[in-house]
Amino acid sequence: SITGACRAIQKLTRVRVVDNSALGNTPYHRPPKCIHVYNKTGVGKVGDTILLAIKGEKKKALIVGHKMPGPTMTPRFDSNNVVLIEDNGNPVGTRIKTPIPYMLRRKGEFSKVLAIARNFV
Amino acid sequence: RVSSDGKPEKFQPPPKPVIIDKQKQREERRFLSPEFIPPRGRTDPLKFYIERKDMIQRRKVFNIPEFYVGSVLAVTTADPYANEKASRFVGICIQRGGKGLGATFVLRNVIEDQGVEMCYELYNPRIQAIEVLKLEKRLDDNLMYLQDALPEYSTFDVNMKPVSHLSHEEVPVNKLQVRMKPKPWSKRWERPKYNIKGIKFDLPEKKMKEAQKWSQPWLEFDMLREYDTSKIEDKIWKEVSEGL
Repeated sequence: SITGACRAIQKLTRVRVVDNSALGNTPYHRPPKCIHVYNKTGVGKVGDTILLAIKGEKKKALIVGHKMPGPTMTPRFDSNNVVLIEDNGNPVGTRIKTPIPYMLRRKGEFSKVLAIARNFV
Repeated sequence: RVSSDGKPEKFQPPPKPVIIDKQKQREERRFLSPEFIPPRGRTDPLKFYIERKDMIQRRKVFNIPEFYVGSVLAVTTADPYANEKASRFVGICIQRGGKGLGATFVLRNVIEDQGVEMCYELYNPRIQAIEVLKLEKRLDDNLMYLQDALPEYSTFDVNMKPVSHLSHEEVPVNKLQVRMKPKPWSKRWERPKYNIKGIKFDLPEKKMKEAQKWSQPWLEFDMLREYDTSKIEDKIWKEVSEGL
């Protein structure tokens, strides 16, 4: 059975990988799921790193948008979006077509991810 | 002509033509933004009066145009993290909420197959400009069902040109019936509590009848829930038009 869409990202939420990496885009019989959130609370918001289980492998990822309404003047997306990332912070893919919120620029560790992003909101 | 007593008649000027200026007749239409109307409650009206003074002050400096739920707006905000320090978002207004200085409106658009909703505060000083690209009303007050509708109904071109609207004409009502994605939806929009008229339901008759089981027809006649705003609106309209 399928649970309703999770609004913010926690363990076992199905996410949508948004970059053009091979891992994210090749079809698999199970959708990519979050298995751990690197946060004091287990709830991941925009800008948090999570551990993803894709195609039988574990991969770190960065949350770029979720369905939960956040503070005013921040965008709310219609799907939980995620960008695959290595352990040192380098993105796996080379292009991100979907819009990314501007507030990710606050922390300097995501500058490489923002460099490959095309649209901003 | 010679009048009866022999002296020339005093010059009578011809009667002046009466100009029925239809523009002035239609100026009767006036728009009071919904966040001015105070909610029903036991708070001191002094609080609302002070808030209204602040709202009028802000409106003197920054123009907040008239818009309704269903009109397409473009908002430019100052953002410290943006490239040119200013970001522009175009979208259809799906909801207007909040009263007083915390009044908000939600804009929705679909960019690169991804639906994005932005909630803006009307009186936030970070907002630099609000332009109305298309002024129109829809059949409902709340267009949240666009999240479960086909994405073509929420896509609006980011560089679309503003559609002109004459100030004295009435606001056009778009009677569009929106087609939905297959169920499940985020909310059961067919239920009478949402009272939505703008969806073309393709559900079988049985489901529509089952949804009517949750109707509460007595709410319409409940006198304790009545809130007549006409007199309050008149007073506030006078205050606001004097302030601006």
